[in-house]
Amino acid sequence: MTFVKIDKKQWAQGLATLQKSYRLFGPSKEKDYYNYKALDVGEQPDFGFSNTRLSPKAILFPQSETIIEFSLDENAADHHIMKSIETDSSPRAILGIRPCDAKAVRLVNLNFDTPEYQDPYWVKALDATTFVGLACDDPKSTCFCTSTGCGPYNEEGLDLLLIEEDAQYLAKVLTDKGRAFAEAAGWNTATDGEADIDARKATAEAKITASVSMENLKNQDLMDLHGASFWEDIAFACINCGTCTFTCPTCWCFDLQDEVHGKTGKRMKNWDSCMFPLFTLHTTGHNPRGTKTQRLRQRFMHKLKYFVDKYDTGIMCVGCGRCVSQCPVNIDIRRVCDLMNNYKTDEAACTVQD
Amino acid sequence: MLNPYLPYPVRIDDIEIATEDKSLKTFKFVFLNPGDEEKFAYNAGQFAELSVPGVGEIPIGIASSPVEKGFVKFTVFRAGVVTSHLHNMKVGDIMGLRGPLGNWYPWDLLEGKNILIVGGGFAFTTLRSSIIYMLDPENRSRFGNIDVVYGARTPGMLLYKDELVAWEKRDDINMHLTIDAPADGWEYNVGFTPPVTEQKAPQGDDATYAIVCGPPIMIKFTLPVLEKLGYAHDHIIMSLENRMKCGFGMCGRCGIGKELVCKDGPVFTLDQINKTPKEY
Repeated sequence: MTFVKIDKKQWAQGLATLQKSYRLFGPSKEKDYYNYKALDVGEQPDFGFSNTRLSPKAILFPQSETIIEFSLDENAADHHIMKSIETDSSPRAILGIRPCDAKAVRLVNLNFDTPEYQDPYWVKALDATTFVGLACDDPKSTCFCTSTGCGPYNEEGLDLLLIEEDAQYLAKVLTDKGRAFAEAAGWNTATDGEADIDARKATAEAKITASVSMENLKNQDLMDLHGASFWEDIAFACINCGTCTFTCPTCWCFDLQDEVHGKTGKRMKNWDSCMFPLFTLHTTGHNPRGTKTQRLRQRFMHKLKYFVDKYDTGIMCVGCGRCVSQCPVNIDIRRVCDLMNNYKTDEAACTVQD
Repeated sequence: MLNPYLPYPVRIDDIEIATEDKSLKTFKFVFLNPGDEEKFAYNAGQFAELSVPGVGEIPIGIASSPVEKGFVKFTVFRAGVVTSHLHNMKVGDIMGLRGPLGNWYPWDLLEGKNILIVGGGFAFTTLRSSIIYMLDPENRSRFGNIDVVYGARTPGMLLYKDELVAWEKRDDINMHLTIDAPADGWEYNVGFTPPVTEQKAPQGDDATYAIVCGPPIMIKFTLPVLEKLGYAHDHIIMSLENRMKCGFGMCGRCGIGKELVCKDGPVFTLDQINKTPKEY
C-alpha cells in the first residue's frame, strides 16, 4: 500500500474518524490570508491556499510555551522549586503542510535534537505529530524551493503526501506513521500512482522559475563574507521589524522569560529574533550586534553560511518565499544569497581582471 | 530524556561580600537533592545558569573547583535584574542551578605544560577554580611552572584575598599581584596588569600556555604583551562572554559566526577567536 486513493466524498468522514484519536491541524482562511489552526470537530481544512502567511512551526514550537512552573508561596512545601510542565503529547497531525514547511521542520530539528542536548518539549511534540503533506501544483512567484534542495512534491519530513485531483486525493504513504494514519482514517483503497505523480511533479517544478545559487557558499571564506561591502547596501532599507524571522519556517531562536501571577510563576520559551537589539544586549550596555546592519548580516550569514559550514546539509532556507513576499521594504533573500554565493573579495576580483 | 531547561534546586548556604565596594558577593550553594551534586560534575572553566524563579537566569562562571566537594560557589557582580535580585537574597533561600555548561580550559592539553594565568578585576572566578584545581596535591605534579598575574584597582577589589596571600607564601606557584596605584600596607606590585605581565611573566614557548581573563581594556593591552613575550595565538586561551539564555546552544543569541559562545565556548584560543566575527 504505497498509494491509496481517497474519494473526496469520503474525506470528511475519514477526518471525523481520525479526530477520535488525533488532534488535527489544518489551513484555514483568515481575512485575506491562510494560517494553520486546530480544527474543531467536523471542521474541514481549507486547501484553497497556495501557502499560509505563517508556517506551521508554531504547532511544534509555539510562539509562547510555558515549560516550567513554580510556587513562590513560602508556606508551600515545594516553594521556589522549579518543575517541568507536562506538555500535551497526544497524537496530532498537520493536514496540508506544504513540502517546504515539512523540510523546514527537519532543519529546525538539527537545532533542538542534538547528540549532547535534546529540547524535550520539541522532541515530544515532533514524536506526536504526523505530517500529512499537500503537494504544490500552483506555486507562487516568490517560491524558489527547487533550488534549495526541496521542491513542490518533496517528501522529506512527510509521513503522507496528498496530491489533489478532481474527485479524489491520491495519498502516497511514506512512513509507518503515515500508514497508521491512513489506516485510522479508513483510507485503504490501494491504487497505482507513480506514473501520475511523476508527470504532475515535473509540471509543478517547471512552474517554479525563481532560484538561488548556493554552490560556492561552502567554499567562501567566512570572514571575507562577513566583511563584504554589500551588507550596508542591503540593510539600508531594513527597519528591523522581525517579520522575516517570525514568518520563516526555519528560524528557531527563542527567549526564556519568567512571569509571576500572585504567588505562582512560570517560565516560558518565546520566539525571539536576531533583528532586535535586545537579543544580544549585554548588561553593561555593550551590544555586539548593536546596529541594524550587523543584525541583518547575522540573519543571512546564519542561514546561508554558518549553517552551511556547521551542518553540511545545504542552506537554512527551504525557499517558501514568505520573507520575500512579506518584507515591508522588499529585502529579497534570493538576491542576498546570490550576492554571497558570487562574492569575490576586491583583491580576488582584481586578480581575475588581470 | 534529561531536561536541560530544568535547574537543580539549591539552597544558599553562605553569602560573603567579596570586594570592599560590596559590588561583588560570593554565593555558596548546596544541592537540595542527594545525587544532584554528582550530576553537576564540572571542570574548571565551565559556567552555570543561576536560576531565580520568577526573576530569571544569569550565566556565571563557576568559582569553586572540581576538587572542592559538598558545595558550589559563584562570585557575582551586581549589574542587572537577576544579579541585583540575587544580591538581596538571604542565606537559606531556595533557587535553581542549571549546568554545568560550556567547555573548559583544555586540561588534557595543558598537562605537563607551564601555565601563565593573567586575570583582572572580577574576571578571576574560573581562574580561582583553575588554580585550586592545579594546586591540589593530586594534580600539582601534572603541571609545570604556574605563574599568576592578577590585578585590581585597589587591594580591597582583589577577589579571594585570603587565598591570594596563602598562594604568595607557597613555592609551587609564582604570584604577581598588582594594584593600579600605591596603597598603604601594599607590599606587592603597583601598575596595570599588562605592564606587570611584561615584567614578570615567563617567556612564551611551545610548552607554555597563557590563560587570560579580564575586562576588555585589560585584554586589549595584554595580548600585544603576550605576543611580544613569544606566546603563539594557539597558546593564548581566553574565555568569552555574551548574552545567553539557554546556555546549551539552542536559543541562538550568543553566536560568533558558526560558534556558539555557550556551547562551543566559552573557552577559545586567540587563534580560534581571530577566525570568528568579533561579535562578543
